[in-house]
This record gives sequence, structure tokens and C-alpha cells, in this order.
Amino acid sequence: MTPVIQLENLSVRLGNRDILRNLTGTLTGRSLGLLGPNGAGKSTLINTLLGFYPPLTGTARILGNDIRTNANEIRRIVGYMPENDTFIGSMTAVSFVRMMAELSGLPAEAALERAHEALFYVGLGEARYRQVGTYSLGMKQLAKLAQAIVHGPKLVILDEPTNGLDPPARQRMLKLIKEMRDSGTMNIVLCSHLLRDVEDTCEEVMILKQGELVYSANLEEERKLNRRFLELETYGIQNGFVEAAEAIGCECASLAGGRVKLILGDGVEIRDIYKLAAERDLQLRRLSYRRDTLEDIFLKAMEFKGAAQ
Amino acid sequence: MAVYKRTYKGYEGALTPEWSRFLILPRYAWASLFKQRFLLILYVVCFFYPIGCAVFLYLNANLGALASLIPGSSTMKGLDVGGTFFNIFTATQGSLAFILTSFIGPGLISPDLANNALPLYFCRPFSRTEYVLGKLGVVAILLSSITWIPGLLLFLMQWSLADAKWFEQNSWLAWSIFLGNIIWILLISLLALAISAWVRWKVIAGSALLLIFFLGTGLSAAINAVLRTAKGEWIDIGANINRVWAELFRLKLGDGDMISVEEAWVSLFCTLALCLWLLWKKIRAYEVVR
Repeated sequence: MTPVIQLENLSVRLGNRDILRNLTGTLTGRSLGLLGPNGAGKSTLINTLLGFYPPLTGTARILGNDIRTNANEIRRIVGYMPENDTFIGSMTAVSFVRMMAELSGLPAEAALERAHEALFYVGLGEARYRQVGTYSLGMKQLAKLAQAIVHGPKLVILDEPTNGLDPPARQRMLKLIKEMRDSGTMNIVLCSHLLRDVEDTCEEVMILKQGELVYSANLEEERKLNRRFLELETYGIQNGFVEAAEAIGCECASLAGGRVKLILGDGVEIRDIYKLAAERDLQLRRLSYRRDTLEDIFLKAMEFKGAAQ
Repeated sequence: MAVYKRTYKGYEGALTPEWSRFLILPRYAWASLFKQRFLLILYVVCFFYPIGCAVFLYLNANLGALASLIPGSSTMKGLDVGGTFFNIFTATQGSLAFILTSFIGPGLISPDLANNALPLYFCRPFSRTEYVLGKLGVVAILLSSITWIPGLLLFLMQWSLADAKWFEQNSWLAWSIFLGNIIWILLISLLALAISAWVRWKVIAGSALLLIFFLGTGLSAAINAVLRTAKGEWIDIGANINRVWAELFRLKLGDGDMISVEEAWVSLFCTLALCLWLLWKKIRAYEVVR
């Protein structure tokens, strides 16, 4: 199967700053979540994949097309929903989406038909003759989604699609994304800082930190591992507690306020944790099991800036 | 993605040829522009002079028949239609083209920049060059319809009305009409686009286009007066285009100090290159802040 996105030692420099550093990884899932804190390089990665920024070293492939040599083909098969307010305010939604479809190569009549359909599909059917500039934030997000899918792309890149949406609008947007994913005709890359959105819609996740790929995994497989998570709130000097826990086979992440997150290793029981704490005179003020959430994966990735898995 | 099904479906139909896609921008831009009644009236007014010229050419060629209708006018003689006639035509229509551009040009790129719309264009198989060509086409095709196209039609009309000798002596005019107008159209269109790309406010952008011409003339005169030279004309776009037109239409200009026609051409090409460079700097999906 052709990977959806393949990164090969990809580095990008803007001005004098290295924004992306030696990203290497392969993603084959139908929906991919791109995560990372602000400034991690998520948007730069998207813009590089779209050919807006030239790679310094390495390359990337989208559905087998090299970004260095097949940029035009990539743009033909990709739909892009940018993060910012991006539209042509003086046009009606139907004209705007139709023009975008025509620019993607659809003949005028087909573009008109698809523009109407796309706007109905995203839920803007009744407002499609209104100027985009008069839309509310949520409607603008939907109009951006409509222009991203109007030409029937094989891959849709959604940059913060739920930004600024109220809860019902957010639910509707996520439902649309899941429907598109399940339609079987397109792949989705979702770039978001809302872990819940990514968890709800994505099969695979890629986490960036300071321009480096710190984590990449299939969420389903991660969940299947059924790892036991433990969240502790400690009081007192930890005195090597984290290191000792790691020594007996746990994966640990120290957080602020004496909080520690642990993934219990094979054969490690909670009583072992109590024992380690007691040996160090460390009070355990709170201890709770946590579900295997994306948040845990994300926090771990932020804590351990290691090589990509 | 059928409406009645409300489910997503990909597109597998035919695509348009890539080379033709830049023409999509003019089509949408004109549809929007001609919704403004003032612009529509202005555009119609631009045809008055060519129509007047056509009537003049017709009457001029049929003075014999006209004279037979007016007693005592048997000695009426037609005017020569040549370089001077078409130079006046080019200058008149060129002025109207400039006015039209000052209304249309400022709104071409600035709204896309203000609305961050450029990533939406460039994430498709649509390049920066095609974008600039498309936006240039909005103005250039419109201006062509009021400048060199009616100019050439008048030339053909005069050819059909006059005798064969006229064509032998004046066939070079066709090229002059075309080239003289095209260079002017390119110049004002690219200037308008460059200003539109760098100045986001339409009114200021429109004023800037006028200022470039008037300030250029003023500065040029000041430089010439202070330094006792003619080189100040390098920055006077109006004087340069007049110099080029005069050469193309084989007219004799006054004996005053002025730059050579070659220098005028170089000045115009430098202006075009500067406009293209300014557009190239600004027209990109995302600006990289260094």
C-alpha cells in the first residue's frame, strides 16, 4: 500500500531558523493527527508538503508523489483548509467555492454543481448565496471545508478545523470529518492542538516538538497494548523516585506540582510503587488510574524528546 | 456528494487544460466589476471616441459624395489619415485606459491579501505566475478592447475605404498601433497590480497610481532644471511613453532637450521589471518573516 505521507530526513529552514529538523516517518492510516505545542512546526510541515516552503534537505512524498518534483500533482490531489480566516469576502459562498473548484481543474459546469453539493454537504446549503464576508466564524470554517473538498481530493489537510467553533458546531465539524474519513475516498490529515479532536477522528498520530518528530504511532495499536497508566500526586522531595520507578520497568513523566505519570511495566504492581515511595519518605497524596488517552501519549512525547518510534 | 444523498463522493470527471486556468480569474473579476454601474458606464464611454473616429474615417473617405450634396463644395479635400491620426487615437484611448485602470487596478490583489486568500489559490495546481497572469488579464484584456483592438479595426476600415496606395504607404501603422498600445497597457496594468499588492487600501492605491505619474513628471522637471540635464526624464513615465509613441508613429518631436528613444524604451522596461519584482516579492502563499 502506498503510504499517505512519507517523510525522508526532511528539514526546512526559514530565514536563519531551522524550523523542521530531519523528520523521518511513514504514515499509512486513513486519518492522521498532527500534534505539537505552538511553534512545533506543524503548520510549516503542512506548508512544506503543499510546496509553499522549499525543503532544505531531504524530501517528502504524498501518496507516492515527491514534493520536490511533483508539486503540481500533489496540489491536484490535495485539499487544504487553512487555519486562519482565509476567503474572498466579497464573493458569495457558491461563487467562491465554484471558483476554487475551477482553479483545481474542474470544468465550469461541473464546478458549479460540485460547489452547490459541497456547500449542502457541509451544512451551508441555505446560506450559499450569502457573501462569505458576512458569515459567522463557524460558517467561515465550513466554507473553508467546502472549498477544500469540492474538487474531490484524495487527501484533505485540515489545519485547526474546530478553531473558534461552539460545541454543537464542533461536533458537526468532527462528524463531517469522520464521515469523510469513512467514505473511503479520501485520507485526512488533521492538525490540531485539541487532543480530543484528534483522538476522536484519527487512526495515526504524529507529534512534533521544536521541529523534531518526537512520536509517531498508530492510536488503535497503542490502545490495544492496554497499558496501565497511573497518575500520582506526591508531596516532599522525590529523591530519585522517578529514576527508581524507571529502574523497575515503568515509563515515567514528571510534571509540575509533584505530579508523576507512570506507565506500569510488565510485572510491576501498584504495591511496588507504594514501596518505592515509602523507601524515600515520599507521600503519595493522590493515586489514580488513567485511561490510555492521547493526552498521556502527548505528555509523554513532550517529556521525552527522543527519537521517533 | 450528491445533494439528495448528502454523502461525500470524489470527482472523477475530466479536467480543464492547465494552460487555460489563468483565464478563470478575469472571468470572475469581470462579473464582479460590471455589477458596478459607474464602471460599466465608464467602459461604454471609452467606445465613444473610436466610434467617432470610425464615422470620421467614413466621411473622410466619402467627401466626394458628400460634396455633391452640398452646393459649392466641390473643392473639399479629405484629410491625410496616418501616423498623426493614430497617435492621437492612441493617446486619447490610452488616457481613458489609464482612468479605467485607476478604478479597476487597486481592487485586484489587495482583497486577496487582506483576506489571506493566496494560500487557497496556491494550494491548487495554480502557480504564482498564473495568478499574476490572471490578474494582469483582468485589466489587460479589458484595456485591449478599448485600445489596440478598435485601433486595428479603424486601420482595417481605413484600408478598405482608401485606395491600395494608402496601404502600401501605411502598412507599418498596424504594428505601431499594436505595439504602442500593448506597451502602455502592460505598463499601467503592472503598475496597478504592483500597487495593489503593496497598498491594501483601495483609495490610497488608486491615488498612488496617479501620484506615480504626476510626481514623476514633477520630479523629472525639477531634476532637469536643477542639474541642467534631460536625464530627469528617466523617471517621467508619461514623457517616455509619448517619446516611444512618437517614434512608433514616425512623428517629429520638438527640438527641446529630451532623452533618446532608446533611453525611453529602457526606462519603460526598467519600470516593468520593477513592477514584476515587486509582485514576485509579495505574491506568495505565506510571507516568511525573517
